[in-house]
Amino acid sequence: MATVVMEGLSKTYRGGVDAVSGVDLEIRDGELIVIVGPSGCGKSTLLRMVAGLESITAGSLLIDGQKVNRLEPAERDIAMVFQNYALYPHMTVFDNLAYGLKNRGESRSEIRRKVRAAAESLELSELLKRKPSELSGGQRQRVAMGRAIVRQPKLFLFDEPLSNLDAKLRVSMRLEIKRLQRELGTTSLYVTHDQVEAMTLADRLVAMNGGRVEQVGTPMELYREPATLFVAGFIGSPAMNILPGTVRDRAVWFGDVGFSQLDRPDGETVSIGIRPEHFILRPIGASPLGGTVELVEHLGSDVFVHVDVLREREMHRLVVRLRDGNIPEEGTGIGVDLEPGKLRLFDADGAAIAPPGRR
Amino acid sequence: MIERRPVLTFLTHTVLIFGVLAICFPLWMALVASTHDGSRLSQDPLPLWFGDQGLATYTKLMTEGAAGAGTASVGRMLLNSAIMAVGITAGKIAISLTAAYAIVFFRFPFRMISFWLIFVTLMLPVEVRILPTFDVAADMLKPVRSLWDVIAGDALFSQWLGYEVRLEIPRLSLLNSYPGLILPLIASATATFLFRQVFLTIPDSLVEAAKMDGAGPWRFFRDILLPMSRTNIAALTIILFIYGWNQYVWPLVVTTDADYTTVVMGIQRMVNSGEALPVWHEIMGTAVLALLPPVIVVLAMQKLFVKGLTEQEK
Repeated sequence: MATVVMEGLSKTYRGGVDAVSGVDLEIRDGELIVIVGPSGCGKSTLLRMVAGLESITAGSLLIDGQKVNRLEPAERDIAMVFQNYALYPHMTVFDNLAYGLKNRGESRSEIRRKVRAAAESLELSELLKRKPSELSGGQRQRVAMGRAIVRQPKLFLFDEPLSNLDAKLRVSMRLEIKRLQRELGTTSLYVTHDQVEAMTLADRLVAMNGGRVEQVGTPMELYREPATLFVAGFIGSPAMNILPGTVRDRAVWFGDVGFSQLDRPDGETVSIGIRPEHFILRPIGASPLGGTVELVEHLGSDVFVHVDVLREREMHRLVVRLRDGNIPEEGTGIGVDLEPGKLRLFDADGAAIAPPGRR
Repeated sequence: MIERRPVLTFLTHTVLIFGVLAICFPLWMALVASTHDGSRLSQDPLPLWFGDQGLATYTKLMTEGAAGAGTASVGRMLLNSAIMAVGITAGKIAISLTAAYAIVFFRFPFRMISFWLIFVTLMLPVEVRILPTFDVAADMLKPVRSLWDVIAGDALFSQWLGYEVRLEIPRLSLLNSYPGLILPLIASATATFLFRQVFLTIPDSLVEAAKMDGAGPWRFFRDILLPMSRTNIAALTIILFIYGWNQYVWPLVVTTDADYTTVVMGIQRMVNSGEALPVWHEIMGTAVLALLPPVIVVLAMQKLFVKGLTEQEK
């Protein structure tokens, strides 16, 4: 149980490479925060800085109001689950779970009690005498989790813990992590590049890019109202469609198609973002925007229709998500329309422009 | 490819049996020869089966010693060899483990230079540096004394303190002692290199997990690193024990006292006994005795070695 405060947290490697720059973040007690971003965005570095495995170049890190910048990892009372589990190969599951407690000098009976309890909650009781090499991937993952919870730390850190599992196990372990975290109420920081994990697990989501925090908010806030073009493109699958637009006569235009009112100077270039599910397909000619169906992907519950639109001598690919209804055939012409009020606008720097009517 | 033709089976077995005979026959001869008396061995043909002098020969060897080998008994020689070999093995493994630990897991100035300095000593086995090593073994503080002389320490300090001082650096000799037999052979670049390679395969996350679990450098070494490299330690123990046991040149140089004669030196001395004829049944008996400890070590360690190989670790 703890709160974590990051104030201008930065990491500069020798040679001047900024891995993390000026991260401000406040994590409330019992919250599960997911940090998401492309590889190399600094999310793992940030996590390792919190863990104490990576030194902090500037800024401060407070756990429960106490500055821990210079504390050793063990002194921060934090547990971490590693991507490759990092189980001690020569120790049994019991010893793996008990090692941290032993190092703290807890009594044998206390250790046995805590390990039993942790094993119980993760269904590891039958496996306590086995070695990691005798376990399946999912079981190893559970041991790694057990090693974290057995110490009852202030803070859990997860470094892409599910990326070594197959798809099916990933789903069940994701639910398991969520359940455990709710049950224990331990403040957690979870790093992943997997959108589904990020969206489903997070109380609040932190989107990072290039060592900076792009946006912090609930998953749906990030999905519905991305603060930057990067977040718009990164969150959601398939990604938000981005079209180039220009401002003319207080409206946004994509070629000769007017999109939305916008009170900006003429000639300014903006990006128009539209989620795939916010398109409506019409018969050709029934909409000012038209194109050719290039590809239809059937995913069972969804159908993704890829439409090529030619505007100003450039081809633009739109992805339209359909539930059911009329599925167009590949190679035919089609009209594309928008659900009103659903598009997002971004200025030339990638920052979101508040939509008209919401100031 | 598996061939199942009787002719080939016969051929392979013939080759293998011939190989086994070629290796075992000399050992057999040594064993047989040690059970006959000296006069029988000088007659033609050589005996191929045991004689009745075995007990007498071995009792004499273990208690009194062989003719022409100085005064020490073979029992004493075996003890000396064992102390030397165990000392060298334990020392080499302890030093190599800690050196490799420092080089792989710690960041300190001149880390890579230290590693390469250790590595180039591979080119300096004891036979190459035997003169300087002997010089230092005979007078351990000689380098210090030389340095003191070079900087003219006495004059320097007399001037600085204002009155006459003379530093008498004592002689500290390792000749005719167990440390003298062991210390010059105690560092091993090969073993350091081997442990370094083993440690490099240990993933960073394991080190970090141990850190998060509150294991300091010493605990990590003892609880994680040592158990994880125990099969390598077993393999090295075999190799290094035999290396130490078979040492010949250095013990010959550093010991003159018969009390420190090792068994390998002893056999050599028995064969080249000067004027007297070599007493072959005693020499063969000593050779058989000298064979036993390495065989015991191999058999004992083999179990752990095989266990380490079959027990899959990831």
